[in-house]
Amino acid sequence: MKSHLGSRIAQIIPTLLLVSILVFCLQQLMPGDPAVVLAGEERGDPQVLAQIRAELWLDRSLPVQYFHWIGNVLQGNLGLSWHIRQPVAQLIMQKLPVTLQLGGMAFVIAVLIGVPAGVIAAVHRNGFWDYVANGIGLAGLSTPNFWLGIMLILLVSVNLGWLPPSGYVPLTEDWRQSLATTIMPAFVLGNAIAAILMRHTRSAMLTALDQDYVRTARAKGLKESRVIIWHALRNALMPVVTLGALELGTLLSGAVLTEQVFSIPGFGKMIVDAVFNRDYPVVQGVVLVTAFLYVLLNLAADILYVVINPRLRSS
Amino acid sequence: MRRFLLAAACVLTCLATAQAQTLRIALREDPDVLDPTIARSYVGRIVFAGLCDKLFDLNEKLEIVPQLATGYEWADSKTLVLHLRQGVVFHNGETFDAVAVKFSLERHLTMQGSFRRGEISNIDHIEIVDPATVRIVLKAPTSPLLAQFTDRSGMIYPPKATEAAGKDFSQHPICSGPFQFVERVAQDRIVLDKFPGYWDVKNIHFDKVIYRPMPDSAVLTANLRAGSVDLAERVLPTDVAAIKADAKLRVVTSPALGYEGITFNIANGDRSKAPIDQSALLRQAFEAAIDRQALVDVVFAGMYQPNAQAVSPASPFYVPDAAPLSRDLPRAKALVKQSGVPAPIAVSMNVPNTPDRAQLAEVIQAMVREAGFELKINLIEFASSLQAASQGNFETYLIGWSGRADPDGNLYAFMRTGVGQNDAHYSNAVVDELLDRARQVSGVAERRALYAKMWQAQRADMPLIYLFTPVNIVGLSSKLTGFRPVPDGMIRLRGLEMGK
Repeated sequence: MKSHLGSRIAQIIPTLLLVSILVFCLQQLMPGDPAVVLAGEERGDPQVLAQIRAELWLDRSLPVQYFHWIGNVLQGNLGLSWHIRQPVAQLIMQKLPVTLQLGGMAFVIAVLIGVPAGVIAAVHRNGFWDYVANGIGLAGLSTPNFWLGIMLILLVSVNLGWLPPSGYVPLTEDWRQSLATTIMPAFVLGNAIAAILMRHTRSAMLTALDQDYVRTARAKGLKESRVIIWHALRNALMPVVTLGALELGTLLSGAVLTEQVFSIPGFGKMIVDAVFNRDYPVVQGVVLVTAFLYVLLNLAADILYVVINPRLRSS
Repeated sequence: MRRFLLAAACVLTCLATAQAQTLRIALREDPDVLDPTIARSYVGRIVFAGLCDKLFDLNEKLEIVPQLATGYEWADSKTLVLHLRQGVVFHNGETFDAVAVKFSLERHLTMQGSFRRGEISNIDHIEIVDPATVRIVLKAPTSPLLAQFTDRSGMIYPPKATEAAGKDFSQHPICSGPFQFVERVAQDRIVLDKFPGYWDVKNIHFDKVIYRPMPDSAVLTANLRAGSVDLAERVLPTDVAAIKADAKLRVVTSPALGYEGITFNIANGDRSKAPIDQSALLRQAFEAAIDRQALVDVVFAGMYQPNAQAVSPASPFYVPDAAPLSRDLPRAKALVKQSGVPAPIAVSMNVPNTPDRAQLAEVIQAMVREAGFELKINLIEFASSLQAASQGNFETYLIGWSGRADPDGNLYAFMRTGVGQNDAHYSNAVVDELLDRARQVSGVAERRALYAKMWQAQRADMPLIYLFTPVNIVGLSSKLTGFRPVPDGMIRLRGLEMGK
């Protein structure tokens, strides 16, 4: 197991290098010259364009640009945003806590709703509660985040005045205000993921409940709740953990629409603005950090498998 | 008990007062770099209005009024003398004087990447007469110069702090405006604190200003209605009814300085070979087929003003004789016939992919079809559309301009042969000469007459169809008083006050 984990950790570096090459190459395919965007009203002046290209190394060959950038990254320098002239690392450090908090809260909400709903639906297969859980799941999956967000703002903030409609307050500044500003967007994000988790948990639980070891546990006279939680759910959680890690990774890469609706300054808004402004250093920096988070989450999921399933410890 | 109630009332009052002292402004985009010399965006100018004072300002009638300069005189047609306000200090304590003015104008002129250079490039050199007087010597007479000083080119920096900050100036900008920079969290907020040393501090009634970008109009309106922002700029016409229906809010409008128009590719590369780009008759037919009033009624709830010239109706340089003509379909069809090009005539139009522009293009498509044009709409992301325009990869381009106080800023860079944003590569010696002459004379009536002549010459070629002038729509709390709707759309913080 240790060697397995060791090899997974060793894979992180080549994975990130590959991601760096991919993101660098892919953004070259984007139409629109960054120099033209940056030149603004002086875009018709070839001298201005040449000056911008020289300053940003855009007049060099692609390999030279890449090695210049990745060389700086390896020294801990992610570069300077072309659009607002702030260090990319500083921008990322401003957004990372926001994205982590929002993603984390959304994931907790998703798990708290999705997993119990899936278990209840499986236990009451084809019964009333199964239909209720499926109905809620279907509604969660088919409701657009954008619409749900606006509706929540109108109801909870504009009409009832219970929560602020937008903005973000850091946890360290005022934890109550921080929760007040993030609970609605976290619910909107968690809602769709809860539906996915519910469907997978239900499916995995149905399979588990048909297994011999569950029948054996019941035959031994164990309480039904113990059979469901300790025997069926524990085994059913394996695919749910995989899915959860993937969904959490997606959350951490930014939730563009939800961040837009609630004016939350997370990764999603930052990368979309950076793409529109052709702010390559920001795009590259955010993708690299997101990829790193993704890889870490997958590693965490691997470790969690072992915790959940003791059979993997010896393999 | 009485004491407790008194204390509670005091705390509540203090809290209410503390809240009222922060002004929260919603912006439609996140500003770009916070350095007036290299800044490019319209929205950035709104933040600078709180942060950086300028040599001059504009009033509601677009007249040039004193700010850091208390007055001026032209010693001759190429020498401008500025008299500077005394007792002004920068946010870092440095004194504002002639040295700072010379330093700042030279920074605008010489700094690598300066976007102000083109605006004041006719400055030859700046002389310090005394600490409160500077003399600006020009290479040639330039009447739009004073108007440039009402915008970023007129913003003045403290020399020592600016030199010390170097390229990092934008991370902590220092000026002499009513508010000083505190922090910026990109895509989230820009926070400014009241500057106690401001020269007109008695007219500053907030302790803090927070600018928050909210690109989505529905989100912006919801925030206004929920009271989480006090003022929102560039509200969409379609959201005005919802704001007006809310007793806690009000709407203030003023005609803007910019325009929306259709640029034709006259001579920029192979795509200028399209029939409509080669025939002035077809372009005139295209214009005659468009009903400007119907366009603004359908897409902008009738709030924008139909216009057929680059100059806003709010400007003293507006040419009344150049008012937009009504739609004339028979004339459009006759012009198409006269051109000799068989209908239907295929025309492709690049349109930046925003909902209002897409809708605008669709309405134009329906209108010109009746005159024999088969308009193909090419929705394209904004940055890509700019590059396509620069490279001549378009037949027609639906694009707007935010506008400048002086008409030169709306015309010269678009119509003069071989300059900046003349993506059409339009060239007409008569137009060039009139544009140059309008820069050299200073009287409003004289300049307006030159622009009227230029308009006639330009209309014969029709390289650009002006459609309408937008309206600045600001939604704000009913309690907020002192807001001055100046056509440049900037939010001036002097005099703004939150009532009870």
